[in-house]
Amino acid sequence: MPSHGIRDRVAIVGMGCTRFAEHWDKGVDELLLDAAGEAFASAGVTRDDVDAYWLGTAQSGMSGMTLSRPLRLRGKPVTRVENYCATGSEALRQAAYAVASGAYDVAMAIGVEKVKDSGYQGLNAFPIPDDGTQRTLTAAAMFSMVAPAYARRYGVSETEMRTVLARIAAKNHANGARNPRAQFRKEMPVERLRAMPAVAGGLSVFDCAGVADGAAAAVLVRAEDAARYTGRPLLIKALSLVAGDGSGVTDPSYDYTSFPEVAASAADAYAQAGVTAPREELAMAEVHDCFTPTELVLTEDLGLADRGTAWKRVLSGDFDRDGELPVNPDGGLKAFGHPVGASGLRMMFEAWLQLRGEAPPERRISTSGSRSLALTHNLGGYPGEMVSFVSIVGTS
Amino acid sequence: MRGILGWGAYLPYRRLDRSTIRAVAGTGGGTGHRTVASYDEDTTTMGVAAARDALRGTAARPRAVWFATTVPAYLDKTNATVAHAALRLDRTAAAYDAVGSVHSAMGALRAGLDADGPCLVIASDVRTGLPGGADEAAGGDGAAALLAGSDRDGPVLAERLAWASLTEEFLDRWRIPGAAASRTWEERFGETRYTALGLEAFKLALGDAGLEAGDVATLIVAGPHARAARAVAAGSGVPAVRIADRLDGRAGDTGAAHPGLLLVAELERAAAEGAEAGRIVVLLTLSDGADAVVLRTTGALAAHRPYRPLAEQLEAGAPVAYGTYLAWRGLLPVEPPRRPGPARPSAPAAARNRDWKFGLVGSRGEDGTVRLPPSPLDAARHPMAGETGTVAALTVDRLAHSPSPPVVFAVVDFDGGGRLPVELTDVDESGIAVGDRIEMTFRRLFTADGVHNYFWKGRPARGAGQAAPDGEGTG
Repeated sequence: MPSHGIRDRVAIVGMGCTRFAEHWDKGVDELLLDAAGEAFASAGVTRDDVDAYWLGTAQSGMSGMTLSRPLRLRGKPVTRVENYCATGSEALRQAAYAVASGAYDVAMAIGVEKVKDSGYQGLNAFPIPDDGTQRTLTAAAMFSMVAPAYARRYGVSETEMRTVLARIAAKNHANGARNPRAQFRKEMPVERLRAMPAVAGGLSVFDCAGVADGAAAAVLVRAEDAARYTGRPLLIKALSLVAGDGSGVTDPSYDYTSFPEVAASAADAYAQAGVTAPREELAMAEVHDCFTPTELVLTEDLGLADRGTAWKRVLSGDFDRDGELPVNPDGGLKAFGHPVGASGLRMMFEAWLQLRGEAPPERRISTSGSRSLALTHNLGGYPGEMVSFVSIVGTS
Repeated sequence: MRGILGWGAYLPYRRLDRSTIRAVAGTGGGTGHRTVASYDEDTTTMGVAAARDALRGTAARPRAVWFATTVPAYLDKTNATVAHAALRLDRTAAAYDAVGSVHSAMGALRAGLDADGPCLVIASDVRTGLPGGADEAAGGDGAAALLAGSDRDGPVLAERLAWASLTEEFLDRWRIPGAAASRTWEERFGETRYTALGLEAFKLALGDAGLEAGDVATLIVAGPHARAARAVAAGSGVPAVRIADRLDGRAGDTGAAHPGLLLVAELERAAAEGAEAGRIVVLLTLSDGADAVVLRTTGALAAHRPYRPLAEQLEAGAPVAYGTYLAWRGLLPVEPPRRPGPARPSAPAAARNRDWKFGLVGSRGEDGTVRLPPSPLDAARHPMAGETGTVAALTVDRLAHSPSPPVVFAVVDFDGGGRLPVELTDVDESGIAVGDRIEMTFRRLFTADGVHNYFWKGRPARGAGQAAPDGEGTG
């Protein structure tokens, strides 16, 4: 993919993130004010110091006015973006490119979603008029097809697979339990997770990400200006987005054991960042664990494990917070829930805390201090037809 | 010579054991089974299923399609146009509904036999009564399709010799539009009137054909008044062994579809027996008057092999619980899922994509790739409705919105290329596995804002028609 990237040209100098929760007493406005306020304070700026805003929300509001009204922004360019579950990351990407272009000195990327106000279970897509032939299956069911396909291809027994998936959920719940911003803060033992009844294919409710409301924000400036705001900026090394052509859904050779869009965006991001050995170079990865088999497969697509080996690395604890490459040290979508527009920036917030050494000792990653790069990843859509986003950030 | 060129019969997969009714309803029930249309079937979808089989293996292109039912999926809007689109009939083929009564189904057949050129006559019905009532147990769901035409259109299998019709206004059975069940007058009144009308029509028709009761190989007496039908048969002069089985025990009375269904059963039996030409079959129906049509089989009949024989369908099927049946019919409201209901399909989008939505036509690219739905970048259309495929991946969704959860869903790879992730129907979640064979069936996915969302689903290919000896087309 012929992308040039913006390596080391843009820095994140301030971030904010609400607790992700069932915010019955907060609306979109309050969540945006909380996240933006924390990010302004973190960067030492006011709303008027920010030249341009990018708001990511999938379906909690339309147009830039969703942000400009609660923040009372006057005369500012505010853009609303949407790209499925990569919506928050897309906002970050647009803000970063705007700063890199020289168009603005200071930009904010902010994401928000009110999911719980719908009164329904799970995430539900905004209805778009169509011919009625689109599938109405839940995402859980679509992703549930990954687990048996992976098990069949790599010779993993049904029992082993059940343990692998439960192990992923248990890891993320254990990480979330230590994180005050996480929605679910209770450890879940593997045996209990293994015994849960199935709701979609072989997946139980605990193989699925939670559902929550939340918001997160970042303040971005040119790298050479970063020192004016903080002594410990996060430098953007790579931003890569791939929107698949949906061919996996119609192609009989697609076997549900990989997400080609993720592999493509990862390869592009590593090239942009100059990363050649992600397993040795990355301090951590925040990945899109919308369902437990998703996390399993995409660790391979992201090059964090060789093909067909991620399940063994999960079992041996390689991706645990104290493992050789911590994955979802903040608890992931599993423990946070998934307010669509906010999730990508929530992931970045964890990289912000961990790489800068601000995560408290009880939840600090094993690689803290020894490695300086973090990866965040979102995907949106279904196996065979998805968008994928990968970022790489670093402190040096 | 004008007559029947082909036929199709359709019985839904589900069967209600009548003995299970009484335990819940406190009354009613009986012995034997009745057919039950699935939650995703209506008179239109069943009619399409029967018509697809009627059109298999014939080169005749219908110039008109008539659709008859007592339970139309739509009023105001023509249901025959949905069937027309699903069957991918020519734009110049007319499509008409004949809606409201068993009598209208006979009118449609008469119109088909009187028409110029090939004419497809579809009769389809869903029969429902109130819980514990006689109609609930005696009714059945199903469809029949008869392709009428002349020997210019293809080999005639049964030639029409005569038609007699008697019209008489009296009140025996009635239903206000929207009502869940019919009402009937006390039985004896209707029996008296129908018996006299039936015998008279029978005599008139035979007279027109220059035949006598003794010439009749089979007398079919259809119509919802079972006592009258038995009385007409008994008084007809046709020996009891030549009176056709009304399929009460294995299907139930399928209303507007029943005359066609019983005729199909008889023609199929004659074909299977290798009957010689000249067998006389009389179809007599008792409904707001009486109609009698005299048919004579031809030498071509013995060679005709239906794609999905009614006899096989009668033996097939799987049980449905009485509570599920009541829920499917809207007689037992059940808790909806905590998910938003589906949105109604867009009329312009459906119209633009009607080949795909109604006809299951994909596209084929220059590189041979089959795309479902079709791509505007591909020049060649690729019809899929008759294709079979194999389950490549499978899941059961207990969270998705469905009129009858859980949703069983498969990724199907078609033998001739192409992959379609698609909902399955007529299957229990434990009854399907990766590698199983799938065929396509036209169904109603859901109804929103009074708009029926028709599209195709997969269903296990259960062997029907797999051994069609003449390798008939795959429609």
